Amino acid sequence: MKKIYCHPKSLRNVSTHYCPGCGHGIAQKLVAEVVDELGIREKVIAIAPVGCAVVAYDYWDFDCSEAAHGRALAVATAIKRVRPQNIVFTYQGDGDLAAIGANETIHAANRGENLSVIFINNAVYGMTGGQMAPTTLLNQKTATTPKGRDAKFHGYPLKISEMLAVSPGVKYIERTSLHSPQEIIKTKKAIKQAFLNQIEGVGFSLVEVLSPCPTYWGMPPKSALEWIRDVMAKEFPLGRIK
Amino acid sequence: MKKILMTGNEAIAEGAIQAGCTFYAGYPITPQNELIAYMAAHLQDRGGIFIQAESEIAAINMVYGAAACGVRVMTSSSSPGISLKQEGISYIAGSQLPAVIVNIMRGGPGLGNICPAQSDYFQATRGGGHGDYYCIVLAPASVQESFDLMRTAFELADKYRNPVMILGDGMLGQMMEPILAKGEGHMAYGNHKPYAISHKPKPWALTGCKGRKPNIVRSLYMAEGDLEKSNLKLQKKYKAIQAKEERWEEILVNDAEVVLVAYGSMARIAKAAVKSLRSKGKKIGLIRPITLWPFPNKIFWRLAVNGKRLTFLVIEMSYGQMIEDVRLALEGKAQVEFLGRSGGGIPTEEEIINKVREFADNNLTNSRTRELK
Repeated sequence: MKKIYCHPKSLRNVSTHYCPGCGHGIAQKLVAEVVDELGIREKVIAIAPVGCAVVAYDYWDFDCSEAAHGRALAVATAIKRVRPQNIVFTYQGDGDLAAIGANETIHAANRGENLSVIFINNAVYGMTGGQMAPTTLLNQKTATTPKGRDAKFHGYPLKISEMLAVSPGVKYIERTSLHSPQEIIKTKKAIKQAFLNQIEGVGFSLVEVLSPCPTYWGMPPKSALEWIRDVMAKEFPLGRIK
Repeated sequence: MKKILMTGNEAIAEGAIQAGCTFYAGYPITPQNELIAYMAAHLQDRGGIFIQAESEIAAINMVYGAAACGVRVMTSSSSPGISLKQEGISYIAGSQLPAVIVNIMRGGPGLGNICPAQSDYFQATRGGGHGDYYCIVLAPASVQESFDLMRTAFELADKYRNPVMILGDGMLGQMMEPILAKGEGHMAYGNHKPYAISHKPKPWALTGCKGRKPNIVRSLYMAEGDLEKSNLKLQKKYKAIQAKEERWEEILVNDAEVVLVAYGSMARIAKAAVKSLRSKGKKIGLIRPITLWPFPNKIFWRLAVNGKRLTFLVIEMSYGQMIEDVRLALEGKAQVEFLGRSGGGIPTEEEIINKVREFADNNLTNSRTRELK
């Protein structure tokens, strides 16, 4: 009999702390599978964000650094410059990458750092209790927009992937989703492309992953997946951006 | 040996490169711009990595990343920029990473001005960012010492896996002096011999987990009791640093009845005042702390407990920050006076002499009193 599937070597065999229906577990497993398939586990250095995924290093089984909130791409820049022979990637949420860390994100991208970025967009701050994120949709209720996000007071959902795409330093950006098995497969393919780009020295690559947060969207996991498909993906269209 | 003319900022940069610094990230701010320019001109050509970061915040976090890979790393800035770096410095301390941070102080608070000042003493010596931690703080007083102390700084950072801060000021950074800058210039200062460059392996560094278990660089400890355990480890390290690493220079203190206390550029002016008063027969000396943290308590205690009546005059380019450490070191055993100016003002030799006369003229032993008056 031929073995066609097993637990990824790059993923520790432990339970995660994520809420039921959360997308982080899926996304982190996809990263682990890609790392295994590319045979780069011993070369990878990951930078974990501040947010729900801060202890990603408890789940991944390779070298990992923390970074202060928003600073993952500054930390990653230095690591890749010092150790170009390693494969360096950041895994960041929307608050980390697009709010407090927007400056580091823009400048690392514009310098064309040869890095892979996994950007988890779930339109809300998870770890701190469901506050507004830069990617929160209009009318979406959060702990800090109790009447819904109002453009007049809170501005608009930030499309940072589209913003980054205008820089010549950026080589690859794709937006994917975790709302169905098909989309999960596409997400894995995009993550693999982002890693391959780094291995080939192509330059800055980013995958934005629309990911469910049933807890702070206030809906059951299945509805959360439908909400991505029917609402979120309208505001953040899926597909190759650059 | 041939001497070359350099600014303090350039000497710090050259000293760092010669001490094995291979990564520098910085952001322009006056009065330390010669340092970042020197690094830009030389570091890359000599096998290192130079990055002009998008902010001081990015720069310190780049330093965090490079330090996590185990190479010798440095950033530099001036007062407002150092305030921005404090979060990152706290993370570096919490993650036990070796790094060197240079603060060429300017006037504050706020945007202040670009004149030399020593108003960041509290920030430098009390940790500066959030949490229970300390930076080792070194205060050079000349361009030569700025060069020489860089080796000490990197060695201490590696030895203790702790951030080390070089605390200079705009005067020291900008002034030019002839120095020996080819290794042989590494002379002994105060009570410590210079370090030889060592490159001990760093098994904790991020290099990819080939042939070993994964390394994690972190300062987050969420499980019950874990953070306290980690903090106790840090405290043990700080105790060891306090016991072993106090550095100071003492001048004519053994028979002194008045001892001036000043660091950095201010100590140069204080030294001139000592010379002038000694030439008039006044029994006056100087303590120049070289490590501001750990503060050199030992010398103060030694002088204070010998039973002699003694007055310490603390002179700073601030309104009184180091004076608190002098008082703590003396535990009330001697009189402590203060002279300080800040925001562009620098206490002059004359002001120091006048201050000494103001509080000590009647008490100070003087065989030629009439002559002085």
